[in-house]
Amino acid sequence: MYAAASFLAGLVFGVGLIVAGMANPAKVIGFLDLAGAWDPSLALVMAGAITVGAGAFALMRNKTRTLLGAPVRLPTARNIDRPLILGSLVFGVGWGLAGICPGPALVLAGYGAIKGLVFLAAMLAGSALFEFQEGRKRRLSAGE
Amino acid sequence: MFIDWNAFTPVSALVGGAVIGAAAAAFVVLNGRVAGVSGILGGLLRPARGDIAWRAAFVAGLVAAPLAYGAFAVLPEIRVDAGSAVLVAAGLLVGIGTRYGSGCTSGHGVCGISRLSPRSIVATLVFMAAGFATVFVARHLLIGL
Repeated sequence: MYAAASFLAGLVFGVGLIVAGMANPAKVIGFLDLAGAWDPSLALVMAGAITVGAGAFALMRNKTRTLLGAPVRLPTARNIDRPLILGSLVFGVGWGLAGICPGPALVLAGYGAIKGLVFLAAMLAGSALFEFQEGRKRRLSAGE
Repeated sequence: MFIDWNAFTPVSALVGGAVIGAAAAAFVVLNGRVAGVSGILGGLLRPARGDIAWRAAFVAGLVAAPLAYGAFAVLPEIRVDAGSAVLVAAGLLVGIGTRYGSGCTSGHGVCGISRLSPRSIVATLVFMAAGFATVFVARHLLIGL
């Protein structure tokens, strides 16, 4: 049941990315290119998404169970720390280089775009590197 | 700076954005989680029992989106200008950065700002600024080198 809802949410999310133009890396770069011929469209994508999303998050904020009975697990961290800033900085550089972020990377893979698959493979490798490093840190702090 | 009015697509941007927002809304109302793609995908790399199916399903939904869209309409053209070396470097940076930064455009940008999370607002400002700066350097400073 949760998996079915999850699949549908992913599907609708992906269709939204395609409609919005976010799945097209050239359009994303056009938005990030402030000094060139600037395409402001993606600002409206964010505005549209946040306007619709905000109501749902407000509704769920004080709930402990969802409509399907799943526990509500929203992030609780509030501290603005170094990993948040440095990680976001590194992400932004990568995003600017290719015009692809994680959601569109998966959609591009679905397009069957070879370049999308190359990006996705590298992105998964980067994510795996993070898991490896975090796992090592956990083992070290566990006192081995 | 000048606006490229030919490339500007306000209606499809707003409609597509609303659809993305609706997906994020459905996800939190039904599954109680933030629809953050980097985190959902990353969790699959350290699989925990009972935590795999919903993640894999969400990822499968995103991958299946072009197929579903293509069944009803002609898929819009996509263009990737970056070459293979740049794509690999960019992918690595996005993979590492989104995990250390606990999120990407979906988790921080859409869901986090919708929740008015201070962490997400800061993260979004940082990765946007880094994206603007990177494109500026790549397109306007390094050109002709």
